[in-house]
Amino acid sequence: MFKQFYEHDKAAFWLLTLIGGIVFLIPTANIIFPEESPFHVSAYSISIIGKYLTFALLGLSLDLVWGYCGILALGQGAFFALGGYAIGMYLMRQIGTRGVYGNADLPDFMVFLNWQELPWYWYGFNHFWFALLMIVLVPGLLAYVFGWLAFRSRVTGVYLSIITQALTYALLLAFFRNEMGFGGNNGLTDFKELLGFNIQSSAVRACLLIASGLALMLAFVVSKWVINSKLGRVITAIRDQEARVRFIGYRVELFKLWIFVFAAVLAGIAGALYVPQVGIINPSEFSPLNSLEIVIWVAIGGRGTLYGGIIGAVLVN
Amino acid sequence: MTALALPTGEVDTSHGPILYLEGVSVSFDGFKALNNLSLYIDEGELRCLIGPNGAGKTTLMDVITGKTRPDNGSVFFGQTIDLLKLDEPAIAAAGIGRKFQKPSVFEKLSVFENLELALATNKGVWPTLFAKLTSIQRERIDEVLLTIGLIESRWQQAGDLSHGQKQWLEIGMLLMQEPKVMLIDEPVAGMTHQEIERTAQLLLSLQGERSVIVVEHDMEFVRSIAKRVTVLHEGSVLTEGTMDEVQNDPRVIQVYLGD
Amino acid sequence: MKSSLAKRCFRLILFVALYLPGFGSAEDTATSDFTSALNKIATASMQEREAAVQQLISLKEPRTLLILQGLLDGQLYKLRDGDKLVLAKQKDKGFSLTDAANGDDLGTKESAEIQKIPLNNSLRVLLRKSLGSLQLNSNEINTRIEAVKAIAKVLDDESLKLLRDRLAIEQESIVQDQIKLVLALEQLNSSTKSTRIEAIDLLKDHPTQDVVNRLNTLVEKDDEGNYLETDNDVRNKAKTALAAINAKISLYSGVETLFFGLSLGAVLVLSAIGLAITFGVMGVINMAHGELMMLGAYTTYVLQQLMPQQLGTALILSIPAAFMVSAVVGIAIERGIIRFLYGRPLETLLATFGVSLVLQQTVRSIFSPLNRSVAAPEWMSGTLQINDFLSLTWNRLYILIFCLLVFMLLLQILKRTRLGLEVRAVAQNRNMAKAMGIPTAWVDAMTFGLGSGIAGVAGVALSQITNVGPNLGQAYIVDSFMVVVFGGVGNLWGTLLAGFSLGIANKLLEPTAGAVLAKILVLVFIILFIQKRPRGLFPQKGRAAEG
Repeated sequence: MFKQFYEHDKAAFWLLTLIGGIVFLIPTANIIFPEESPFHVSAYSISIIGKYLTFALLGLSLDLVWGYCGILALGQGAFFALGGYAIGMYLMRQIGTRGVYGNADLPDFMVFLNWQELPWYWYGFNHFWFALLMIVLVPGLLAYVFGWLAFRSRVTGVYLSIITQALTYALLLAFFRNEMGFGGNNGLTDFKELLGFNIQSSAVRACLLIASGLALMLAFVVSKWVINSKLGRVITAIRDQEARVRFIGYRVELFKLWIFVFAAVLAGIAGALYVPQVGIINPSEFSPLNSLEIVIWVAIGGRGTLYGGIIGAVLVN
Repeated sequence: MTALALPTGEVDTSHGPILYLEGVSVSFDGFKALNNLSLYIDEGELRCLIGPNGAGKTTLMDVITGKTRPDNGSVFFGQTIDLLKLDEPAIAAAGIGRKFQKPSVFEKLSVFENLELALATNKGVWPTLFAKLTSIQRERIDEVLLTIGLIESRWQQAGDLSHGQKQWLEIGMLLMQEPKVMLIDEPVAGMTHQEIERTAQLLLSLQGERSVIVVEHDMEFVRSIAKRVTVLHEGSVLTEGTMDEVQNDPRVIQVYLGD
Repeated sequence: MKSSLAKRCFRLILFVALYLPGFGSAEDTATSDFTSALNKIATASMQEREAAVQQLISLKEPRTLLILQGLLDGQLYKLRDGDKLVLAKQKDKGFSLTDAANGDDLGTKESAEIQKIPLNNSLRVLLRKSLGSLQLNSNEINTRIEAVKAIAKVLDDESLKLLRDRLAIEQESIVQDQIKLVLALEQLNSSTKSTRIEAIDLLKDHPTQDVVNRLNTLVEKDDEGNYLETDNDVRNKAKTALAAINAKISLYSGVETLFFGLSLGAVLVLSAIGLAITFGVMGVINMAHGELMMLGAYTTYVLQQLMPQQLGTALILSIPAAFMVSAVVGIAIERGIIRFLYGRPLETLLATFGVSLVLQQTVRSIFSPLNRSVAAPEWMSGTLQINDFLSLTWNRLYILIFCLLVFMLLLQILKRTRLGLEVRAVAQNRNMAKAMGIPTAWVDAMTFGLGSGIAGVAGVALSQITNVGPNLGQAYIVDSFMVVVFGGVGNLWGTLLAGFSLGIANKLLEPTAGAVLAKILVLVFIILFIQKRPRGLFPQKGRAAEG
């Protein structure tokens, strides 16, 4: 099976092998070799590499919408940030009484703002499974609503680019507000533990790196499958001749919406893996510039190739 | 994300015509592209539309396929289906196919894939994602590949085809959709003499089975296929009849030759 | 207020005496009296100084006002050498001096060489009142109005009399009104009902904060629930008057909101209008547009550094200078990058985004990443006070006017010049224009230069309302795109209307929603609006627009 795959798509094969190698070797090197050894990989480097893997996933997600479907979305960073905030909220709830104010129910910044109780939209984030659900649901739902509105009214090309930029800009402004209940300017930080393990420990970092690597590999394989399906060909056709696709009976808006939501979910997952590794999420992740940067990764890596987004993300960083 | 309910089932043609256009007007910034135009196409008929540039031929096709909404008038497919209430994919699914003036095949896809996309099947998002070609469908694609003479280049990228081949591929895609009405805009532009002849044969073979509307400037070609010809002028029907009748109509001569 | 009754009477007599006809007969002795009074002020003890000041007031010398004002403001000094009285203004490290007696320039002196004339409280009170009366009888209308306002703050029988006397001889209706207003406010304290009602009638038409406060006391209850004003009629009268005034005030605040909206709109229009040309007419998405504005703002900053003495001139000069700088950079971008990317909007977007980063970095390394503040010349600062409830800031007013001027000019360029004709021709049908012999490459460069130049001019305006920094452009680029898209691409009037309506919408929402939320709401509105009308307020129609 491997051989078949290798012959079918060499580039993809080597890429997957490389990521697999990173996922396996780096944490091993961290554990096996003592700190003095030149082969030792520090916990810091693990976080850095893990971070790049999440960027790669983000680049991959944009390549799906831009490279294959021709939607130049300048708001991909927004979905990334939303995924990050979802996991960040879980991590905040895990702090419990270890915060500066020692309040078991409220995160520090809410105590600081004199809030008396947890806002309703924070309910449930003390459960890990709920946070996982939200990581997928929140970016997906936003992409669904936004995409449904935009694609249905046939907003295309630069207009679409500009309103996606407006979307992430509006979110940036909104998350800066203290009243929103997401920590305002400072965002969410000072995380203590993830699933009961110290988030600073090398073991957790290694696990996060492995999770990021696996997520990237899985996302790559699934994306590859999607692109090679008939839906993938419709998507490509939409990129090149949108009107023509309509005339042969496909509901272009639904196809665009599907890929847009799929990519948003991938970006959300990337964000959720990113935040525990860097230890902070703040509104600047919503900045339109960040989203533009993702576009540049994909442009440099080569659009419409899947690994282009991945390579670009790593190269630029 | 399921596909919206598309009108399916038989088109009611109990009164003869399959396509009714009545009093259709379209204007762009004051310019009347279509002016109170009425046109009826019978089931299985092959109709040629001619007319000078700006007569409204392409706009007419735009109106039928849902690309342009008319200011006035009604457009019915059979007795029951109001085309003005449907959008492009719904109209396509209802059984009206269109070939564009400028060949607009999907250049990055192979010839085979182009036909595969056009294949008449469930075109919802999820079914498309999990779609697998059945052997019947493969045969159907091969059959069309043979018909349009591209069986040899089936794995070639459509973008690498010659202009004439692209025209053929477009017609092939149209055939794959198995529409009841085919709108064909300038099918033979850029074709060699031989290719033109084959196109004429193909179109003639379709009549009876499907209604075909052909827009063409090549008068010789029109003469070779047409039974009935409709002449458009300034957005309305100037006259209708056999090729001979039309060619001898003094109004038509004036329109084409000027005064 | 420790001044005894005797002193008050004395001053009253003085005031009256000051304006008795025939007083000028003492002219000859006046000059020497003036000099001796000044000498006394300079040298005498505190007690005597008060008498000297009163003597000075009694002399009708034109410089008295200036000297007394200087004394009150702590600018009256004497030279340690010779006791000459001088007015001193701090300058650099020393003081620049003028002779108090005749206004001669005495050059600058070290602070050790001069000594401040000391004041005490009773002298200060005396000065305020007497200055008021002096000013009240000044020849300058504005001085008189200011005096009335000042006196109104320290009302007593004496100053009331002063005002009434002035009213009797006052010719200017503005001053009359002002005095009447103060008197009417006083009349509200009258025990006569009709006087109070009369006063309310008059006050109704002169809404100021004082009037509102005073009228409010008429309709309020005290702690025990009794009305402060016992008379029903007066109270009702006051109520209707307040209602009328409040209606006026809300009208003013409406006007003010409108003005704020328009001025914000003007900034939006200024920043978007250049984009409307490059994006709208040429179809080029120039992400570096914001940085071209930034360059304009920095040009202003540089010119100000070059001529710190003439801020106004520097600002005026920076308009053409900024236009040139940004236009040249714009043309360079067009010739160097964009012209290879026509018809590929997404590549253009990325390339120009790269350019914007390069420009930012360049500015960072030349001027440092810190924000610079550009000073406003005098005529741009301050406010235009229309009344107590409505004041417009000059800088915003100028920017509004400036924006309209730029818009009109641009419209005329596009409409009436050869370049404008060619620009429109190329925008409509590039190939046809080329076939007709229009040098499209040249027109592209010029169009882009024009759009960029206007961005530079917008930068000049921005430098007056915000700090100048490398990130200046970024803050406006998203907004600018919104304005252009909202207005309808390729339509300058649409851009104007869109800019103003977005500005006003923003300011209308701000009081209820807060500044940030207002902005978010506006963004969301635009996102939804584009769904409804994907091609903006004024879409281009017809076959040409389909492409």
